[in-house]
Amino acid sequence: MTQQAGKHISIELAGITKVYPGAIALNDIAMSIRGGEVVGLIGENGAGKSTLMKIISGAVAPDEGRIVIDGQEASHLTPAGVNQLGIALVHQELNPFSNLDVTANVLLGREMRHGFFGFLDQAAMQEKVAPILEMLGTRFGPRDAVSELSLADQQLLEIARALSINLRLLILDEPTSSLTLSETNRLLEVIRKLRADGVAVLFITHRLAEIADVADRVVVLRDGRNAGELSRSEIDKDTMVRMMIGRDVSQFYEKSDNVAGKPVLEIKALRTSTYPHQSLDLCLRAGEITCLAGLVGAGRTELARAIFGIDRIEGGSIEMDGQPLPGNSVPAAIAAGICLVPEDRKGEGLFLDFAVMENIAMPSHAALARRGFVDAGAVTGLAEESRKKLQIKASGLNRAVAELSGGNQQKVVLAKWLAMNPKLIILDEPTRGIDVGAKAEVYHLMQELAGQGVAILMISSDMEEVIGISDRVAVMCRGRISGILSRTELTEENILRLAVE
Amino acid sequence: MQKKDIGLATLVITVGAIVAMVNPRFLSPINLANTANLIGLFGLFSIAEAFVIVTAGIELSIGSVIALLGVIFVDLIASFGVPWPMALAVVLVLSVFIGLLHGWLITRLKLQPFVVTLCGLLIYRGVARFYTNDGTAGFTFGSNFPTLEFLVSGRTAGVPHSVIAFALVAVVAWFLLHRTVFGRHLFAVGKNVEAARYSGINTDRVIIQAYVLCAFLTGISAVFFAMYTRSVQPSSHGNFYELYGIAAAVLGGFSLRGGEGSIVGVVLGVILLQVLQNLVNLLGIPSSLNFAVMGSVILAGVIADTQFSRYREARRQQIAMSALEDSAKR
Repeated sequence: MTQQAGKHISIELAGITKVYPGAIALNDIAMSIRGGEVVGLIGENGAGKSTLMKIISGAVAPDEGRIVIDGQEASHLTPAGVNQLGIALVHQELNPFSNLDVTANVLLGREMRHGFFGFLDQAAMQEKVAPILEMLGTRFGPRDAVSELSLADQQLLEIARALSINLRLLILDEPTSSLTLSETNRLLEVIRKLRADGVAVLFITHRLAEIADVADRVVVLRDGRNAGELSRSEIDKDTMVRMMIGRDVSQFYEKSDNVAGKPVLEIKALRTSTYPHQSLDLCLRAGEITCLAGLVGAGRTELARAIFGIDRIEGGSIEMDGQPLPGNSVPAAIAAGICLVPEDRKGEGLFLDFAVMENIAMPSHAALARRGFVDAGAVTGLAEESRKKLQIKASGLNRAVAELSGGNQQKVVLAKWLAMNPKLIILDEPTRGIDVGAKAEVYHLMQELAGQGVAILMISSDMEEVIGISDRVAVMCRGRISGILSRTELTEENILRLAVE
Repeated sequence: MQKKDIGLATLVITVGAIVAMVNPRFLSPINLANTANLIGLFGLFSIAEAFVIVTAGIELSIGSVIALLGVIFVDLIASFGVPWPMALAVVLVLSVFIGLLHGWLITRLKLQPFVVTLCGLLIYRGVARFYTNDGTAGFTFGSNFPTLEFLVSGRTAGVPHSVIAFALVAVVAWFLLHRTVFGRHLFAVGKNVEAARYSGINTDRVIIQAYVLCAFLTGISAVFFAMYTRSVQPSSHGNFYELYGIAAAVLGGFSLRGGEGSIVGVVLGVILLQVLQNLVNLLGIPSSLNFAVMGSVILAGVIADTQFSRYREARRQQIAMSALEDSAKR
């Protein structure tokens, strides 16, 4: 617990560089943090925040650079060794052991034993965990099953786990992304309490208001480099945004004057398997960029999956060009001209170990083949053409997609669908985790496709992106479409009001 | 040929050369023909296993299927007087049915391939033993089937027909896996089944096809083995053959995680395993050590392979790093 904490921690990082094949994650990064201060770490997706965090927490070794902890150079950090130093990391993606109870999760790897046979000392463990949970003000107790905790509670569980060591530096990776407002406020309260106890907190978030609220200092990363630092008095939202993206937001989005054409996709009384009691109606027109906004869990991805035939639909109809889709399957959807760029790029969009060429050609194989045999010439031609058109940066079309940067990987996913000449493209969080330059290219491509008369449906949680690029926004809330906003009605407040309705 | 295959071919030649030097009888026509015959017999079901493994699946019932179908084949001819082409057709239809059943259980009922085929291993073996009352199914004394025997166990210009069958199957399998759309889909499903679905591949159908193909080749293999042994003892016939097939595929570069491997590799894997077995016999190593030798060589091969890919990773990293330094200098 924090009361027993030793002297305040001090960490200096200098010249930290980390290179992955095909991408430079960090380039000559310097930063420092000391006990009793809260430092906000911000940057666009792909700016290198996660990599930096992994280096401090010992999960990844830097290729170059020095890490000095308490005046001693630390050369070989490991997750276990870092814990000994009093450093704990709370991941953005939670993966608690849902088969164990709260106590076992909090003290995992540091179980207490007693007696000759070394049996677990359940009582002592619970005694240790209880006060931590009390301090956090959790709604769950030490004996509760983790499988029944909500996302927010799981977040608190992870924090409890961090607090159960002799904590001197707490690293929080987007801890509030799944929390409600009151839960967020409670977490910020905990952060302030830890600061008062002399703990250093490194706080990574996309919610700049929280940074302004709690941070003493802000470190900004951009494209793997230091983009500057702000002290307490300099912290304000516009400055932070400008430092993160390196230019003004207004130049970033281009609005075209596409006129919406005839209806391409019409959904009537559609019921998805996730929300079988809500029926959805939506019409997408040629040349129009429609955005699906809403909170996480509102049913946006599920709607996309239903249209694309991944999930079975419970009722209603999907019509393309006035014709109902023949059957509820992915091949039928593709044949009708629908394609989907999935949210989970690595898991659902790509074959990471396969060549760029192979990834691009995957859905087209059947069409390109001659009597069932792969036409190698046509495949290479298609891949080469896509590379030129989308400016995919790869050292060769035979290289594994895993070697490409996030932005180029996304372009490969786009390329495999553009080869099919789609009438409707559904993009689920298309710019998550890709760098600024690639983002701009994706937006540009969307505009270009819309100009050619393709209907576009984009799912996005990035408000600025939603407002910046869409012609029309459909807001979803708990499985239904709670409202549709035209371009003139697009404001953050209007969207949020419909999203939490 | 992939780099892995070249490595494996070198190993096969090296082992062969060593055995030949220590005991020249290795290269005698009789020994070569016998070894080749075994390579052909074991090769057929090893290729079958490879088609399932590439989809990230596993087929554990191969040995039992060989016993069950072997018993049925021999019994149909010997006890019921069914003409052999008819018996062959029955065996192949049954094998396709077994493949469909496994594929259906795995894709529609979402059972794990390991569990489905482990149950198959137990069930088919049990049924085979029950069918013959645990006795041996054999042809009646003095009966012979010249055409069948020539086709399955005969030789042309000294080359056993099992080898020719193996070679034909290997060539067709090579085209199927490496040159057709079906082959690409097998790799895709094995590497990332979700991404394959999102690419519009009918993943369930591809997986079922893989199990059917595997079972069909196993059915052919069952006939070859039944005619090789001439009598089928259902409690021991084909024991551990599935593991033998898995070993050959793994040696040949197939990953049990799916999505990797080549037909050239599995062919070389089969050859290496038979040469090793031959080595045990010819070098006077106690034949009880047979499995131990095989296991050690596979283990060594797999370790060498992982070490090699780690080295490759490290080199990739180094290249990326030096590229960064170059751009910094400029």
